[in-house]
Amino acid sequence: MSHAATHDHHDDHHGAPKNFFQRWVMSTNHKDIGTLYLIFALTMFFIGGSFAMGIRAELFKPGMQLMQPYFFNQLTTMHALVMIFGAIMPAFVGLGNWMIPLMVGAPDMALPRMNNLSFWILPFAFILMLSTLFMPGGGPAGGWTMYPPLALQSDSLAYVVFAVHLMGISSIMGAINIIATILNMRAPGMDLLKMPVFVWSWLITAFLLIAVMPVLAGAVTMLLTDKYFGTNFFNPGGGGDPVLYQHIFWFFGHPEVYIMILPAFGIISEVVPTFARKPIFGYKAMVFAIACIAFLSFIVWAHHMFAVGLPLGAEIFFMYATMLISVPTGVKVFNWVATMWGGSMTFETPMLFSLAFIILFTIGGFSGLMLALVPADFQYHDTYFVVAHFHYVLVTGALFAIISAAYYWMPKWTGNMYSEFWGKVHFWNSVIWVNVLFFPQHFLGLAGMPRRIPDYNVAFANFNMISSIGGFLFGATQLIFIGVLIHCAFFSKKKATDRVWEGAKGLEWTVPSPAPHHTFEVPPVINDDELAHGHVND
Amino acid sequence: MGQQHDAYFVPAKSQWPIVAAVVMFLTVFGAAHWLNAAPGEAGFGKTVLTVGVIGVFAMFFGWFRSVIRESLAGSYSHQVDTSFRMGMMWFIFSEVMFFGAFFGALFYIRMFSVPWLGGDGHGVLTHQFLWSDYAAAWGANGGNGPEQIGGSFHTVPAWGLPLLNTLILLTSSVTVTIAHHALRAGHRGKILLFLGLTVLLGATFLYFQAHEYMEAYRELNLTLHSGVYGSTFFMLTGFHGLHVTLGTIMLAVIWFRVLAGHFNKEHHFGFEAVAWYWHFVDVVWLGLFMFVYIL
Repeated sequence: MSHAATHDHHDDHHGAPKNFFQRWVMSTNHKDIGTLYLIFALTMFFIGGSFAMGIRAELFKPGMQLMQPYFFNQLTTMHALVMIFGAIMPAFVGLGNWMIPLMVGAPDMALPRMNNLSFWILPFAFILMLSTLFMPGGGPAGGWTMYPPLALQSDSLAYVVFAVHLMGISSIMGAINIIATILNMRAPGMDLLKMPVFVWSWLITAFLLIAVMPVLAGAVTMLLTDKYFGTNFFNPGGGGDPVLYQHIFWFFGHPEVYIMILPAFGIISEVVPTFARKPIFGYKAMVFAIACIAFLSFIVWAHHMFAVGLPLGAEIFFMYATMLISVPTGVKVFNWVATMWGGSMTFETPMLFSLAFIILFTIGGFSGLMLALVPADFQYHDTYFVVAHFHYVLVTGALFAIISAAYYWMPKWTGNMYSEFWGKVHFWNSVIWVNVLFFPQHFLGLAGMPRRIPDYNVAFANFNMISSIGGFLFGATQLIFIGVLIHCAFFSKKKATDRVWEGAKGLEWTVPSPAPHHTFEVPPVINDDELAHGHVND
Repeated sequence: MGQQHDAYFVPAKSQWPIVAAVVMFLTVFGAAHWLNAAPGEAGFGKTVLTVGVIGVFAMFFGWFRSVIRESLAGSYSHQVDTSFRMGMMWFIFSEVMFFGAFFGALFYIRMFSVPWLGGDGHGVLTHQFLWSDYAAAWGANGGNGPEQIGGSFHTVPAWGLPLLNTLILLTSSVTVTIAHHALRAGHRGKILLFLGLTVLLGATFLYFQAHEYMEAYRELNLTLHSGVYGSTFFMLTGFHGLHVTLGTIMLAVIWFRVLAGHFNKEHHFGFEAVAWYWHFVDVVWLGLFMFVYIL
């Protein structure tokens, strides 16, 4: 009896509660909260995507087409804020919520009520932020980085700052929960160096979140007091410096970049071994590489600011520190390739998205190396080259990993197999159109087209039109994803087995499909052969 | 059956998270609306803010009450206790990073932006073209920047009230530790005495801090508007004071919980969490005393 879970006496011991409000709003169940996170992220993905469609429509031809420049600036700002804080981050937290307890053999998250609060803050934060679009004066238009003095001109600043505070509180609580779960809730025998790489990636990501979200909160608080309470942090006349904001912001912002990619690395490290039917190559190296990247992320922030006029010594330091990141990242890419080497590979939809991730993320990494070079960055700074770079990293990187994870674990969530045919249609359309969308933007940037501008020189017309066509088709392709999800959840006749994938290893595949409302109420016995990376103690 | 140490505990469904999300939303929505209101028409935002803040306090009261009840009912295993400890530790770490942003701003301003504005080193051009007569200095002789924003002012001398406040907070750290030892030894009278002393010391600190602020505004002309000196001074000490206020309230709650007999020698995480928080607030003050007042 000593190992049984003690639920509170009000709780339903076996199934989910029948009452809708109780189940979804008052939940303490990691699976339900994970589902809420994922649905929220998907909704935000389409809202942010509609902003992107607006941007690409305006940029379809030179000249002003559809909107006022000020509204265009609101779209670029909101697109970034919604995608980063509303889509990518909550999607990873949702995946973490669903899968971490299943992967470490825990009955739930360590702090289930706080988990629910972390989620429910988010819809309110985004209502607050999106509502500014409908207010007189409009939404924030100074870019998602909110640089002063430009950002201080907008009346919506207070709403956005408070929305960022709420998102920060939500992320910090979510991260604390994930750390406590991983460090305190693992089943007996699940040693730290036996954990799946996805769990490791989240442990390190959670540390990054707790370390930098408060710094962002501090930075935007200074914006708020500079605008409304007469402080002078960013006013040179009072002894301050607008560049100070950029330093504080990017001290948050660069680790934030890794917050959005480390869990993606974790996902790829789960999917590739499954479909290569081999344990991951160099498990410990993979874990240490993630830790190295996380450490380096704290000492590279000023590479976002090479053009503001930093002292030469600082530029050189940040340039070399930034290029150093390619070493652990290279370790990861080579290890994924080595995992596939000699494997018995099959190419189901999750594997396709993961393979596309490895190739396209590497392209994004290479353009990042180009941007890391100080003399080159003077040329590329604030051009479409930067836009192309971070969309390769975030769309074909983070987003593709999330989609890969969704296909990979969807049968475990719903108990049904998705349509492999439509999954492949979704994949091929995504991978083609995303390149049509973003690849030409490299050329635009190298030729000198600035970012965040609604109109441009006619010399840029052709590539912009190609990019917009790619954008519209990539956007439309994602509707297929919705169809696949709905079909899989409600209409698919093909039941998933417990194991789902022939090569899948790990605790999450030992529970039935769909995963019951409560799992691992009795801690599982860990069998080393069942671990995704095989024996690691040699 | 008595051995529950390895048992998992999944708490019951609760209305408090959604209540918390709603009241937090009301608080910030009201505040944002109020900040943007035209002069003279503040009503609506202010009302929403008030409702939100009252709601936040009610929420904390309700949420903690239900947690305390579960704790007293013995629902929490050793594992839950560890989760709570980790939660509190990482929360304090996040607070450290929040203060880090403001300390970082202070260091940057003193090391770089003010000297550069005065013509030093790298940022020399701003000095040359905009404010060539500005001589970089900190404190009363230029800490409010080349435009003398807020007018001339005097700084708060470190060796008066701030020193006294330092001694008060250091003493309170000792008293809270004595109370902790008393709790482990099971001496309730001693706990109540020393914990009560800690609360009083916290309140005294706040009283002196308020006094210092009033003096700064009335006699020294040191205000939030006094250039970046005023900004860093009031934001750092202000956020610290806010945390002391919170810590004092928490200590007071713990005092009443000791009175109600909620803790025993083994189980008193609520006490320990607040004590950790109090030490954290103390350490932040030492940083403030060093970098804001003395240097």
